[in-house]
Amino acid sequence: MSEKILEVNDLKINFHTDNGNVQAIRDVYFDLKKGETLALVGESGSGKSVTTRAIMGLLAKNAEIERGSIKFKGEELVGLDEKSFRRIRGSEIAMIFQDPMTSLDPTMKIGQQIAEPLIEHQNMSKKEAWHRALEMMNLVGIPNAEAHINDYPHQFSGGMRQRIVIAIALIDSPEVLIADEPTTALDVTIQAQIIDLMKKIQAETGTSIIFITHDLGVVAGVADRVAVMYAGQIVETGTVDEIYNYPQHPYTWGLLNSMPTTQTSRGTLEPIPGTPPDLLNPPKGDAFAPRNRYALKIDEEQQPPYFQLSPTHFAATWLLDSRAPKVEPPLTVQQRWAKYIAEHPEVTQQQAQPVEASAILTE
Amino acid sequence: MVEDRKKLVEVQNLDITFNQGRKNQTLAVQNVSFDIYEGETFGLVGESGSGKTTIGRAIMKLYQPTAGKINYDGQDVTKIKKKADLQQFHQAVQMIFQDPQASLDMRMKVKDIIAEGLDANHLVDSDEQRTKIVEDMLETVGLKREHANRYPHEFSGGQRQRIGIARALAMNPKFIIADEPISALDVSIQAQVVNLMQELQKKQNLTYLFIAHDLSMVKYISDRIGVLHWGKMVEIGPADEVYNHPLHDYTKSLLSSIPEPDPDVEKHRQPIIYDPTREMDGKARDMVEIAPQHFVWATPEEIPMYQERAQAYGLI
Repeated sequence: MSEKILEVNDLKINFHTDNGNVQAIRDVYFDLKKGETLALVGESGSGKSVTTRAIMGLLAKNAEIERGSIKFKGEELVGLDEKSFRRIRGSEIAMIFQDPMTSLDPTMKIGQQIAEPLIEHQNMSKKEAWHRALEMMNLVGIPNAEAHINDYPHQFSGGMRQRIVIAIALIDSPEVLIADEPTTALDVTIQAQIIDLMKKIQAETGTSIIFITHDLGVVAGVADRVAVMYAGQIVETGTVDEIYNYPQHPYTWGLLNSMPTTQTSRGTLEPIPGTPPDLLNPPKGDAFAPRNRYALKIDEEQQPPYFQLSPTHFAATWLLDSRAPKVEPPLTVQQRWAKYIAEHPEVTQQQAQPVEASAILTE
Repeated sequence: MVEDRKKLVEVQNLDITFNQGRKNQTLAVQNVSFDIYEGETFGLVGESGSGKTTIGRAIMKLYQPTAGKINYDGQDVTKIKKKADLQQFHQAVQMIFQDPQASLDMRMKVKDIIAEGLDANHLVDSDEQRTKIVEDMLETVGLKREHANRYPHEFSGGQRQRIGIARALAMNPKFIIADEPISALDVSIQAQVVNLMQELQKKQNLTYLFIAHDLSMVKYISDRIGVLHWGKMVEIGPADEVYNHPLHDYTKSLLSSIPEPDPDVEKHRQPIIYDPTREMDGKARDMVEIAPQHFVWATPEEIPMYQERAQAYGLI
C-alpha cells in the first residue's frame, strides 16, 4: 500500500448566514495516497469545492469547521494559522481553477508568473527561476516557449492559459494538486489535451491529484478512485471500476443514467426528478430520499450507514441492508453490472456489511 | 422522406464579417448553408469561436448578414421591415439562452417575465387572459401557478431555465433557437430540461435550432447536425450518421475527444488531432452531398476521397 498523504476525518463545516447555519459538509471522510488521483464528483452545492477550500485554508469568513481533522503528511491543518498555511499553500498543496483568467495576473508576463513561486518560496535567483520556468513551459506543451515567455496572458488562447496555470501550480513540485473543474471552461478537443497533459505530468512527478468535476465522462478517464458527493456527504466511494461498473447508490445510478453518451438513443434519458435539499435544514433521514424512486420507508427516518462491498468500495444506502427488498436498478446500470459480474463473479456471493464511517480510511 | 417536409429556415451562403474593412476584421461566418425542416431539431456543434452563436443570432435578425440570405418561412428575414411583419416574426421565432441567471430580470416577478413579450406586442386584451396564459405556461413547463408572484432568485438554476422556456412559449412560437440551454445546469437537471423540450416539441410541433458544445447532448436531441469549424460548416447529416460515420477530419477529431462515462473506453481513448492544413489551402469549397442527406465541405478533387470513406462505412 502506498503512502497516505492526506486524510480527511469526520469533517463538518457550517456556514453562518442571515437565515441560519448552512451545513455544507456533513461528516466527510476520505484519504489520498501518493501518486493517485481521487475524483470528487457531485452537483453544485454538494460540498466538493468547500472540502478542498478547507484543505487549502481558504474558507470564507462565515465558515466554521465544527469538528473533524484534515491531516497533510501527519500535520493537522484544521486550526492552522495563516502564516503556516502560506508555507504549505502553493508549494506543497497547489490548486488550479476552472477559469484560468481568474488565477492569472493580466498585467504580468507569464514567465514572471511561473517563476515567481521559485523566487518567493525557494529563494532561487531570477535567472535560474526563469530557466526553470522555461523548462516548465516546455513540459506543459506551450509551443515555442522561449518566444512566448515575455507574453501576457491575454495573448494566449483558453487552452494555453490553462497550461500556464498548470505550469504555475506545478513549478514548486507540490505533493498534492487540487484541480477544481480544470477543463470545464475548455472545448472538448482542448480538454482532451489538458487531461492527457495532467496524466503525463503525474506519471513523471508522482503528484497526488484531487480532481473536482461534475463531468462523469472526464472522471472515467482520469481517476483511480472516485467519491460521489451529495448534500454535503460522500454517498459512495470506490475505485473507478467499482463506481462506474458496479455502482450501488441510487444517486450514482441517477447520475450515470441522466447523462447521454453518443450511444444513448432518443427518449431514453431518465432525469433525476426534483432538486437537491436545502442544507439550512438537512432532512432527518437520507438526504437523497425525496428524489429517489428506490427510497425505503426507513430512508425518511434514519440516515443509512456506510455498507462495505470491498476493501475500497463503500455506499451509504439502505438498499444494501440485508433486510432491504431486492430492487432492479435502471437498465443502463444493469448492463454495467452484468459486465462487472462477468469479470468478478465473486461479488454476487457477498453480502455488504454496515461499517463505521471511519472504515473508509485505509490504514 | 425529408425532402417532402417543409423548409422552415433556409440559410444560403451566409457570410458574417465583424468590423469589416478594419484592421480587426473578423470573418465570423463564411459561406454557410443549411436548412431546418419544420418540426425537426437541428443541432449546431462546434468549439468556441466557431460561429454557432453568431448564426443563431443572425437568424434572429440580431446581426446583419454581410452576404448570403436567411429565409424564414419563405421570407427573407433581412427584408422584414414593416412593423406588423416584424411583430409577427418576433412572435414566431423565440430564443432560450444559456444562463437563466443573466437572461431573466431579477427585479421582475415571474409572471411579468413570462408576459413581457405579450405586453410589448399588445397580445393580451385583459388581465384575466394574461394571468391565464402565465399560469398555463408555468404548468406546461412543470412549475406551479403559485410561482407566478415570486422572483427569479427564489428558484434553482433548472427552474429558472424552465421560466426562460415559459417566456419563449408564451409567444406561441413556431421556431425556437436554444443557445447552450443546458450548459449552466447541473447534470441531473440537464436531462430534465432536455426531456421537457422534447415533450413540448412533440405537443406543439415546434422546430428547434439547438446550439451546444456538449456533443453527447446534441446528438441525443437532434435529428440532423451541422458541424462548424472556424466559421465554416464542414459537415451536415443525420445525427446518428454524423456521430457513427463522420466523414470530415474535423468531425472525426471532435468526436474522438468526447469523454464517455466508462473507464474501459477512457483507458483506451486516443484523441485524433485535427490537422487544419488542408482547410487552409485557400481553395474554393462547397457543400457536396456525399451520401444521401450527408454533406461535406469539399473541393471537387476531394470528393472521391470522401466517397471512399462513405463507401467504407457502407453509406453508399
